[in-house]
Amino acid sequence: MIEMSHVSKTYKVFKRDAGAVSALKSIFHREYEQVHALRDVSFTIQDGEMVGYIGPNGAGKSSTIKILSGILTPDEGTCIINGLNPWKDRIRHVKEIGVVFGQRSQLWWDVPVIDSYELLRDIYRIPQVTYQQNKEELTELLSLEELLKTPARQLSLGQRMRCEIAASLLHSPKILFLDEPTIGLDAVSKLAVRDFILKHNKTHKTTVILTTHDMQDIEALTERIILIGKGRILLDGTAEDIKDGNENMDEALAALYRKLEI
Amino acid sequence: MRKYVSFFKLRFVMGLQYRSAALAGIATQIFWGMMEILMFRAFYEADAAAFPMTLQATCSYVWMQQAFLTLFMAWMMEGEIFEAIVNGNISYELCRPIDIYDMWFARSMANRFSKALLRCVPVLLISVLVREPYGMAAPVSAQAFFLFWITLFLGAFVTIAFCMLVYICCFFTVSSVGVRMVAVSVVEFFQGGVIPIPFFPEKIREIVELLPFAAMQNVSFRVYSGDLAGKALEKAVFLQVFWLIVLIAAGKGLNRIAMKKIVVQGG
Repeated sequence: MIEMSHVSKTYKVFKRDAGAVSALKSIFHREYEQVHALRDVSFTIQDGEMVGYIGPNGAGKSSTIKILSGILTPDEGTCIINGLNPWKDRIRHVKEIGVVFGQRSQLWWDVPVIDSYELLRDIYRIPQVTYQQNKEELTELLSLEELLKTPARQLSLGQRMRCEIAASLLHSPKILFLDEPTIGLDAVSKLAVRDFILKHNKTHKTTVILTTHDMQDIEALTERIILIGKGRILLDGTAEDIKDGNENMDEALAALYRKLEI
Repeated sequence: MRKYVSFFKLRFVMGLQYRSAALAGIATQIFWGMMEILMFRAFYEADAAAFPMTLQATCSYVWMQQAFLTLFMAWMMEGEIFEAIVNGNISYELCRPIDIYDMWFARSMANRFSKALLRCVPVLLISVLVREPYGMAAPVSAQAFFLFWITLFLGAFVTIAFCMLVYICCFFTVSSVGVRMVAVSVVEFFQGGVIPIPFFPEKIREIVELLPFAAMQNVSFRVYSGDLAGKALEKAVFLQVFWLIVLIAAGKGLNRIAMKKIVVQGG
């Protein structure tokens, strides 16, 4: 279970006007602006739930994911995930989670994918039997057979993303964070990824938290949606709440963003 | 421990696959070594008695330096680590049940050792063939040879531990260029990369010998040819161990502070 309560995070952002004069001035005097990435964010997510976490760019989605995965320490508030505090018990906590950042890669660039997997097996101390089982299952469901011997750098984006998702599930995590997993993927790869996530959630009861700008991802995958804007939680409900009678999800969401002025 | 060993293995094997880089490196090192020896020869011809080491010992020093260059050169830092810090790929490393410090240490070890393994054999073979006193001489004794290896590894560890400090400093600055530049030039000069430490003026040398930089390549290359022995050697090895412990402790402490305040920016 994930319990996040009253979490706030502020970043200090360095600002100056354009031009040489203000650049010189900033050598002596810096002006910073406080940017509230998260303000009093609270939510609870039960085991096995699949939650879509959406909001415009800069709303605080990634900050939330970073806090949940133990990378970022918030200024205020508490967060307990399966009894652990993600940033204080980082090492114990990250054993139980899998993370996919759609815009980054976790596979070692110059070696075949299978080498990366075997290293992950040792890093997470996955027993050989479990590793073998998981690897076979993931290979079959994500059709990785041909890809495992290829160096990561020579994979296409779609192929790489399938390998990335498998990499984050080898250690049977209880929670999976997907940060824009379908970004830049073609229709076929997108469908394959969605289909896989859906199946995996059903069979393994993995809790999935998904951030994306692709509303079709949300419609296909999640029942519950949390909408965040300007660092605050604005809506915690279902796709129907967002649609509000509107046919097209994207339009409904854009209308909602405008209405909420985020 | 096992995870760091497998990580070491992966990076080690990875390092062995860059063959053309190794070939280019070997060629550079051999020519560099020759040029340096020619330079020293000119100096020694002027007045051999003015130098603290024999020409033979200096030549061996130069050849060993070229053969094991990748173990001790501070500029051989891991580009990928700086990139990961700057572009935020560090996020993935932070989501793993590992200690960042230990993992980067293992990685630097693998990188340096794999490169050294590829390069040292050809360079040493050629240097042995060069005629006396310009080639590489045999070690003065079996004991010196044994101590050479021990201090070689200790020195490489000290170098890595120092580089770790540079990596971690980059958590606190926006660009890594400045820190790197200063660190690299300081290390190169004070570890005896430009001229061996015994060549330094007396007063400066006494201080330099106490610094962590003298605990890098200086010790093993001088043990080999018998330039460093007895009490002086004991002191040098003690300083190697001392600096290794201090640098690792400082690195781990700084790392802990960095982890608390780290902010991975951008989506």
